[in-house]
Amino acid sequence: MDFDLSDDQRLLKDSVDRLMADKYGFESRKTYLAEPDGWSRPVWAQLAELGLLGLPFGEQYGGYGGGPVETMLVMEAFGRGLVLEPYFASVILGGGLVRSMGSADQQTDILTAIANGKRLLAFAHIERHSRYDLADVTTTATRAATGWRIDGAKSVVIHGDCADQILVTARVSGGQRDRDGIGLFLVDATSAGVTRRGYPTQDGLRGAEITFAGATGEPIGDPEAALPGVEHAVDRGIAALCAEAVGILSSMQELTLDYLKTRKQFGRAIGEFQVLQHRSVDMLVGVEQSRSMALFATVMADETNPVERQRAISAAKVQIGRAGRLIGQDAIQMHGGIGMTMEYKVGHYFKRMTMIDKLYGDADQHLTRLAKLGGLFGKAA
Amino acid sequence: MDLNFTPAELAFRDDARKFFRSEIPEAIRNKVRDGIELTKEEIVTQHRILNARGWAVPNWPAAWGGQSWSPVELYLYQDEMQQAGVPGPLAFNASMVGPVIAQFGSDEIKQRFLAKTANVDIWWCQGFSEPGSGSDLASLRTKAERVGDKYIVNGQKTWTTLAQYADWIFCLVRTDPIAKKQEGISFLLIDMTTKGISVRPIQTIDGGHEVNEVFFDDVEVPAENLVGEENKGWDYAKFLLGNERTGIARVGQSKAQVARIKALAKLEFASGAPLADDLRFQERIAEIEVELKALEMTQLRIVADERRQVKGKPNPMSSILKIKGSGIQQALTELVMDVVGPYVMPYQWHEDGSNEPVIGSLDAMTAAPEYFNNRKVSIYGGSNEIQRNIVAKAILGL
Repeated sequence: MDFDLSDDQRLLKDSVDRLMADKYGFESRKTYLAEPDGWSRPVWAQLAELGLLGLPFGEQYGGYGGGPVETMLVMEAFGRGLVLEPYFASVILGGGLVRSMGSADQQTDILTAIANGKRLLAFAHIERHSRYDLADVTTTATRAATGWRIDGAKSVVIHGDCADQILVTARVSGGQRDRDGIGLFLVDATSAGVTRRGYPTQDGLRGAEITFAGATGEPIGDPEAALPGVEHAVDRGIAALCAEAVGILSSMQELTLDYLKTRKQFGRAIGEFQVLQHRSVDMLVGVEQSRSMALFATVMADETNPVERQRAISAAKVQIGRAGRLIGQDAIQMHGGIGMTMEYKVGHYFKRMTMIDKLYGDADQHLTRLAKLGGLFGKAA
Repeated sequence: MDLNFTPAELAFRDDARKFFRSEIPEAIRNKVRDGIELTKEEIVTQHRILNARGWAVPNWPAAWGGQSWSPVELYLYQDEMQQAGVPGPLAFNASMVGPVIAQFGSDEIKQRFLAKTANVDIWWCQGFSEPGSGSDLASLRTKAERVGDKYIVNGQKTWTTLAQYADWIFCLVRTDPIAKKQEGISFLLIDMTTKGISVRPIQTIDGGHEVNEVFFDDVEVPAENLVGEENKGWDYAKFLLGNERTGIARVGQSKAQVARIKALAKLEFASGAPLADDLRFQERIAEIEVELKALEMTQLRIVADERRQVKGKPNPMSSILKIKGSGIQQALTELVMDVVGPYVMPYQWHEDGSNEPVIGSLDAMTAAPEYFNNRKVSIYGGSNEIQRNIVAKAILGL
C-alpha cells in the first residue's frame, strides 16, 4: 500500500497546478466567463498543447495514457481553479464513453480529435422524467435506409451548446425503463433534425436543451445493449467529479481558515472564538473524509465487478454530497456578508459544489443505490 | 500510488486472521461480539495466548518483546483482531505503562516490570484523572512528598478502569507544588496492596462496574518506583497518550458491529417482513458504512504517512480519527437498539453462570446498556471537544 505519487504523476500535478496559478486566477476566470462560449478557446488550446485533452486516452490517439489517478490529479486542480472549460463533458465523459464502447475506427477518429482540441463532445441522457436513471429513456432510435434515425428530447446536456458531436442515449426496443434495448448514438450537432437551446448553468458552466427530430445517428457499441458501458463511463465520471469536489472543498476550507485568522471583530481575530474553531475543525474533518473517499472512488473506477464498482462510487458520491452541503454552508456562514457576494470566490465554489451534487445522482439517490446493493461491509451470509 | 496491499502484507493479514480465529477461544470472541462483559480470567487468558506468540506487545522495543512491524502491519494486526472479536492485549499494560517504562525507565525498573507486564503477571491500572482534573489533566493535585527513600502519597484518583482487578497502578503525582503545573508532576508506580489505598466502585448508567475511585491516605511508596526523572512525568504522560495513534478509530470493531447489525436485522420483523428488507433501515446502515469506509481510508493515509512522523510524538491527525471513530461507534450502538425494538426494555443484567432464559435475544439483553455505556467514547481519552481544540491549534494554527 502506497499513497505516494510517482515521479511522472508529481510532474503532471505540478504542471497543472502551475497552469492554474498562471491562467486561472479569479480575475482571469471572469474574463473567460464573459467570452461568447462562456469559457476560453485559448485556454482550451493550451490544455491540448499540454496533452491534458488526451490525458485518459492511449498514445496511439495522441493521448497521455493516464489512468484514474492522473484524472484525479487534474480534476482536483481544476476544482481549485473553478475551470469553466468543457473538460468533464468532452474529455472525461465523451471520451470515456467512446473509450468504453467505440469501435477501433471510432476511437481513432474521435479520441484523436478530442485530444488535439479539434472536437468537442457532450453526453445527452437526461429526459423530462428520467431524473438520475440512465435506463429511463423514451428517445427512440429506429433503423433507416442510411443509418439510424433519432427522435426525442434531452435536457440539461452539460456543454451541449458548444459540442460538435452529441452522444445520445436512445431506445431501440423495450419499455421506457428497461435496461435492455438502449443504444448510444453519435449525432453531429449541426446536422439536420437537431435543435439546441443553450444557457448558462448556476455555476457558470453551460447547458443545453436538445431536440432530435429525425436526426441521423451512428451507434457507438451494441445499439441494443449500451447501458453497461454507459454506466461504467458514468462511474468513472463520478470518480472524476469527486476529485474535482475535493479541490473545491479544500479551497473553501482554506479560504475560510484564512478569513478566520485575518477578520477582526470585538478587537480580535474571529478565529480566537472557540465556537468557530470547532466548526472549522469539522470542515477539515469533512475535507479529509472526502479526500479519502475520492481516493477510494479513483481506485475502484475501473473495477471489473460492476456491483463492487457501483458500491464504491455511490459511497463516494454520498460522502461528497453530504460534505459539500456542510462545508459549503459553513464556509458562507463563517465569512458572513462577504461570502454572499459575487466579487468573492467562496460563493462560486459553493455554487459549483451544489451543482456537482446534482450531476449523476445526488447523495440521497446514491445512498439508496448503495443500500439496495447491500452496503459496503459485513455481507451477512 | 498503489492502494492495494503488497503480497507480503496480504500474507501477514491472512496469517493474523487465521491465528485470531483459531487460537482465541470462540466463547470469548462471541461475548465481545454480543457486547457481554468479560471476566478477568477471560481477559488474561486471551492476552497470554497473544503473548505466547509475541503478539501482546508488538509496539514495544524488540529487546523487550516488540515486533518491529511496519505501520501497515500494525494496522492489519489491529484490524483483524477487532474484526475477529478478540479483546486484545490489556491496554494499561501493553500500550500505556509498558512503552513508558521501556522508553524512560532505568535498567533496574525495566528488569523488574517489563516481562511481567507483557504477560499480565502484573495487572496495571491507570491513575491519571482526578475529581477536579478531567480535561485539564495537568491541574492534578494528588501529591507525593519525598521523605528519605520514600514518597508519601495523598490524594484521590477517579475513573480508574478495572482497578478492582489491578495489582499495580501507574500514577501521575505532584512532586513540586510550586512549579508551573506541568513541571511539577512525576510518574510513580504503586503496589495496590500498599497500606492506605482504598478502592470504591462507581456504577455507570449501563448498570456496570468498570470504573472506580482510588484513594491514597499516607501511602508509602519506595523512591525506586519512580519512572525516569522526578518532575518529568508530564512528558512521559504525553508520550503515553501519543502512542495510541491509529487503534483509536476502532475501524475493525465497527466493521464487526456492522456485520452483527445486518445479521440481527434479518431476525427482527417489522410489518411482517424482516427489518433487513426495509429500505429505510438499509439506508440508515449504508449512511454509517460510508462514514466508516471514509474513516478507514483516512486511517490508512495516516498509517502510510507514519514513517514520515517523529516517533513518540503525537500526530494531531489522530484526533480526527478519534472524533469520527467515536461518533461511528456511538451511531452503531443506537442502531442496534433501534433494530431490537421493544425488547430493549427489560433490564436483564446476568452475572456469569445465571440460568435465567434471555428475554428476546442476546442482543436485546445488551442493546441499551451498550448504548448507555458508549456515551463514554466521546468523553474519555481526551473528550471530542478537547480533540477539536488540539486540531484547531496544531493543524489549523488557530
